[in-house]
Amino acid sequence: MSVAATHRVSGWGNTTPVRVRLVDDAEVDMSAFGSRGAIPRGLGRAYGDAAQNSGGTVVRATGETIDLDDATGLVRVSAAVSIDELLRHVIPAGWFVPVSAGTRFVTIGGAIAADIHGKNHHRDGSFGDWVRSVRMLLASGDDVVVTPQSDPELFAATCGGMGLTGLIREATVQLIPVSSSQMAVSTRRCNDLDAVMSTMVDAEDTNRYTVAWVDATVRGARCGRGIVTFGDHAEDASGADPTAYRPRSPVRIPGPAVPLVNSVTGRIFSEMWFRRAPRARDDETMSIPAYFHPLDGVDRWNRVWGRRGFVQHQFVVPLDADDVVREALATVAASRPANFLNVLKRFGPGSDRPLSFPMPGWTLTMDLPATAEVASMLRGLDERVLAAGGRHYLAKDALVSPAAVSAGYPDIERFRSVRDRVDPNRVWCSDLSRRLGL
Amino acid sequence: MRDASGGVQNIVVFGGTSEIAVATLAHLITPSTTAVVLACRDVDAGRAVAESLDVADTVEVVVEHWDATAHDSHQGVVDAIGARVGDLDIVIMAAGVLGNQDALEADPTSAVGMIDANVTGPVVTLLACARQMRAQGHGHLVVLSSVASVRVRRAAAVYGAAKSALDQFALAMADGLSADGVDVTVVRPGFVHGRMTAGRPPAPFATTPDAVGAATAAAVRRGRRVVWVPSALRAVFAVLSLLPRPLFRAIADR
Ligand SMILES: Cc1cc2nc3c(=O)[nH]c(=O)nc-3n(C[C@H](O)[C@H](O)[C@H](O)COP(=O)(O)OP(=O)(O)OC[C@H]3O[C@@H](n4cnc5c(N)ncnc54)[C@H](O)[C@@H]3O)c2cc1C
Repeated sequence: MSVAATHRVSGWGNTTPVRVRLVDDAEVDMSAFGSRGAIPRGLGRAYGDAAQNSGGTVVRATGETIDLDDATGLVRVSAAVSIDELLRHVIPAGWFVPVSAGTRFVTIGGAIAADIHGKNHHRDGSFGDWVRSVRMLLASGDDVVVTPQSDPELFAATCGGMGLTGLIREATVQLIPVSSSQMAVSTRRCNDLDAVMSTMVDAEDTNRYTVAWVDATVRGARCGRGIVTFGDHAEDASGADPTAYRPRSPVRIPGPAVPLVNSVTGRIFSEMWFRRAPRARDDETMSIPAYFHPLDGVDRWNRVWGRRGFVQHQFVVPLDADDVVREALATVAASRPANFLNVLKRFGPGSDRPLSFPMPGWTLTMDLPATAEVASMLRGLDERVLAAGGRHYLAKDALVSPAAVSAGYPDIERFRSVRDRVDPNRVWCSDLSRRLGL
Repeated sequence: MRDASGGVQNIVVFGGTSEIAVATLAHLITPSTTAVVLACRDVDAGRAVAESLDVADTVEVVVEHWDATAHDSHQGVVDAIGARVGDLDIVIMAAGVLGNQDALEADPTSAVGMIDANVTGPVVTLLACARQMRAQGHGHLVVLSSVASVRVRRAAAVYGAAKSALDQFALAMADGLSADGVDVTVVRPGFVHGRMTAGRPPAPFATTPDAVGAATAAAVRRGRRVVWVPSALRAVFAVLSLLPRPLFRAIADR
């Protein structure tokens, strides 16, 4: 309680900024955490309040270790290292991260804590499936190595545990081999949601990566029309330096955060985006940044939503509840909030990790303004999602209720009992855990 | 805690039976709300208000005894509320009595209680809440002021001066608190139809508790520091504040 909470932090959606004490792991003093505890933080790409702890401490992971075993693709890496830094190191050696988010500016710690998924979930699962061990700081002050064998419950609770089991310091992760830094990508433009979904299902058998952008600014039969892209790592590209990887530095939007997205620009962007896409194109060669991380081309692009910020709402529903996806898009189309970015993906098998988000089904992600109207619209949808047996992604959430979490994560008691064992006093806690009663 | 749309878990009202506060609550309660605390002098009246609130079963409504004039007890009441519900997400200071200027002039001592209820007590409690919110790293103080505080009329000299002190205090606190993550909204309604003004002739730009509540909730969501209800009063008072005193007197004390 002694040191003032002097740093303003918020999530990527910029909706609930609070004051915290920010410290680096290298100089962490657990006795100074005080009554409001501490939460680890990576690069702050979680959209909501997962990596903030109002009035308390926020610990930034530190360390720069990247120790790659060239022969096996097993890498020992500091939790603070970003996917960007890791890729620069391992691609030239012919390795790639097993799971990529839509941005490469996430840390290994954040990737494990959110058990992140990528466009290859149907085939490769989520990040936790590739983690062989973590070294972490527990509430007791012990620095321990945890593997799925040494402490299966703690390991399972940590992958997807949103930092609430302790600070991850280092991890051993299995990478996947690639023979080039290029992607071979196919595109299909689909005039309705049924076509989008069936194109994705067909593409999954033969493609490592599939994803779709869907349009929620048009009503009626065209609502949910979209662009499906699928592909894989290209075989050894013809160039002299097949694994060269030099992402361009992002451009900056100058000036203060001004809202550029509104219901009119959203509709115009969507129409242009849809028309610009080819009806069908096969095996286009794309770079890794262009394919995986297009948004990273613009630094701090979240500022286009202005000062009031935005929410990214992501849910998953079982495969047979695809009508909930349709209804969600129709609801957004009907109420016409500012909206452009909606991403649809089909998950493969889930895991037994209690707070891990992915489960077999359709997952829809929508960027929307953080207004009271949008909140009540989403609450209506949430009921449908939960009734269908679905759930919400905690790394994105800033809106759902505690009840939505208990309904969506039936295994949450397992998570709580791990915390009761390793952190009975809840030293590790966050605004997310306080808001949702995790 | 607060959610992305500004909905909060805990809302605490001091002067919990105030019509404006109750109307404001109706606009601030969202599905994220888990506790509402009505701190008031008349606990029975507080219970009646609690009964009348339209909230889900999951919301805990607590009535706490709080007397604006019992300054010594304020820190304890604020601590007890924190211990019971957790973070003070939004605190609404709605205590206040209008009083009767003529009666106060006839019985000067009675002005003490009136000033206590309108400014001394609220300041003590707001200081205690501000301290708690600083420690939380977030929070929102909502202070019900009045347009009567902007340029004080002779016909409500004590009330207006007391509100003026509270209004200025809140604005000055806001400057320091924003660096600690705490927001302040000062609400300046005009003449509000309701219990407090029953029997008095309405002034121009009269409004209702519900309109004040709606405007307050919107201002809280947007993080606005001052809200006038109706909003036209802002311009009216910009002019009134500049009038030479004889002219103001002629208009205000008609
Ligand atoms: C543009 C964009 C696209 C995205 N695309 C995807 C996607 O495709 N798939 C997906 O799954 N997610 C996606 N995300 C979400 C993102 O991957 C996760 O929120 C991730 O956790 C962010 O990592 P971070 O390092 O920024 O962590 P932060 O945002 O700082 O923290 C996130 C959580 O991880 C915990 N944490 C961070 N570091 C540690 C540590 N060392 N030890 C323990 N806990 C820790 C924090 O406590 C917090 O709970 C996207 C986000 C953005 C902004």
